[in-house]
Amino acid sequence: MFFQLFFIYCALMIVASGLLAISLRNPVHCVLMVLVLFFHMAGLYLTLNAEFLAAVQIIVYAGAILVLYLFVLFLVNLRDELHLTAFVPSAWLGRIIAAGLALGLVATIPVFTLGEKGVWTVEAIRQATHTKALGQELYANYLLPFEIAGLILLVALIGGLVLARRNQGERVGAAGECEATACSAAHADHQEVLR
Amino acid sequence: MEILLLIVWIVILFTVVMLHVAYATYFERKIIGHMQVRLGPMRVGWHGLLQPIADGVKSFFKEDIIPENADRPTFLAAPIICLVAMMSSLAVLPFAKGWVLADIDIGLLFVFAMSSLASYGVVLAGWSSNSKYSFLGGMRSMAQVISYEISMGLSLVGVMLLAGSLNLSAIVEAQGDRFLGMYLLPQCLGFFVFFISMLAETNRVPFDLPEAETELVSGYCTEYSGMRYAIFFMAEYIGMMVMASIGTLCFLGGWHGPFPVPFFPPLWFVLKVYLFMFIFIWIRATLPRYRYDQLMDLGWKMLIPLALANIVLTACLKAILT
Repeated sequence: MFFQLFFIYCALMIVASGLLAISLRNPVHCVLMVLVLFFHMAGLYLTLNAEFLAAVQIIVYAGAILVLYLFVLFLVNLRDELHLTAFVPSAWLGRIIAAGLALGLVATIPVFTLGEKGVWTVEAIRQATHTKALGQELYANYLLPFEIAGLILLVALIGGLVLARRNQGERVGAAGECEATACSAAHADHQEVLR
Repeated sequence: MEILLLIVWIVILFTVVMLHVAYATYFERKIIGHMQVRLGPMRVGWHGLLQPIADGVKSFFKEDIIPENADRPTFLAAPIICLVAMMSSLAVLPFAKGWVLADIDIGLLFVFAMSSLASYGVVLAGWSSNSKYSFLGGMRSMAQVISYEISMGLSLVGVMLLAGSLNLSAIVEAQGDRFLGMYLLPQCLGFFVFFISMLAETNRVPFDLPEAETELVSGYCTEYSGMRYAIFFMAEYIGMMVMASIGTLCFLGGWHGPFPVPFFPPLWFVLKVYLFMFIFIWIRATLPRYRYDQLMDLGWKMLIPLALANIVLTACLKAILT
């Protein structure tokens, strides 16, 4: 009962803060709404017994990446909004397309079926603690994909550094540097899973 | 019934920590006073013992000024975000065997998550005040906290590796009650990195650039007054205590001491935390402030590589020895 209520609360808050994040006028307020969204996503992970993911969600997304977004917002200091020409000529046409897409998404929900049960039951995870279970899976069965993901992040990091260095002294350098820091933060976190 | 008991525990913890915070300020002013051959607070009560209470009452009754061009909701929320984040990490700290509100498996990660959340309070305070000093203070604090959070997290990975757990009680138990069992010795490199990052993370001297008086008036809290300013102050001191507790739990063997204390098991824990607090204050009274680029160089070029080396070394040694 409690878990269901908690889930409904989290789901509603995620939808609400997601909507606010794209509709508020002040970009800093939008970032704050995304912060609220991340917190409720961490809450959802907790209901799924994935406490390590919940903590990492907050440390990496809220603590590092979103802070860098704030940094970029502050540095760029948008005085007036960007106005782009609309992709779809009429607003109503756009709304109809969006509604159609939403309907399509809802219609596909019944197709999803539960997958086969794996080795890790809820009890097994509880006994081994989620952190250990995740680490064992990641480093025993999924080592290669994990290393590839790490390599891709490393490439992004080096790319960011190269871009920032080429534009040294110019204004463009700042964004690249921030990106590089974001990547290195993400990479550091991957290292953290190394235990 | 269980919930009621939990609420009582929370209230007790809150009161005790608030008293400690109040007297930590007294402790700090007295120690710095004596180190600079002054007396420190002397007027209110015997040797100024009631000074923190007088300060609390004063800040409570002061006018709460909100600047006209401030971003009102964010300005009001920022100190509360700071305090809530800091206070919630108190819930996972074990003060003695079984003396913990929430004995969760990811205790250490939870503390990191909360301390990174607290930096939002500082950043938002700086931005929403709409003043250049506050803004610069907020920016500095943000850059500093992200850089040093990485080195701090990495420095504790060695401890996690040795203990094989993220639960703070389990980390203390893994160290045992012998003097040589403390992780201070096998993790001396980790402790070194942790200690410096801890100073930077709590914005203390020599890393107090976010509120450098000589250049930024009072940094991110320049525009705050009355109770809201006091809340920032409280959050800062609770942050110091939380970091000191993490240091105690992870490196100094937590509540274990040379002999068990019969009626008050957390005695050793409290003494060790106050040792850390004393060192915090001692450093404040002795060292000058770092320059901004020096701070960044130290974080990214010294501490993070050292912490990474420590992880590799610890992992290899553990793999060889077991």
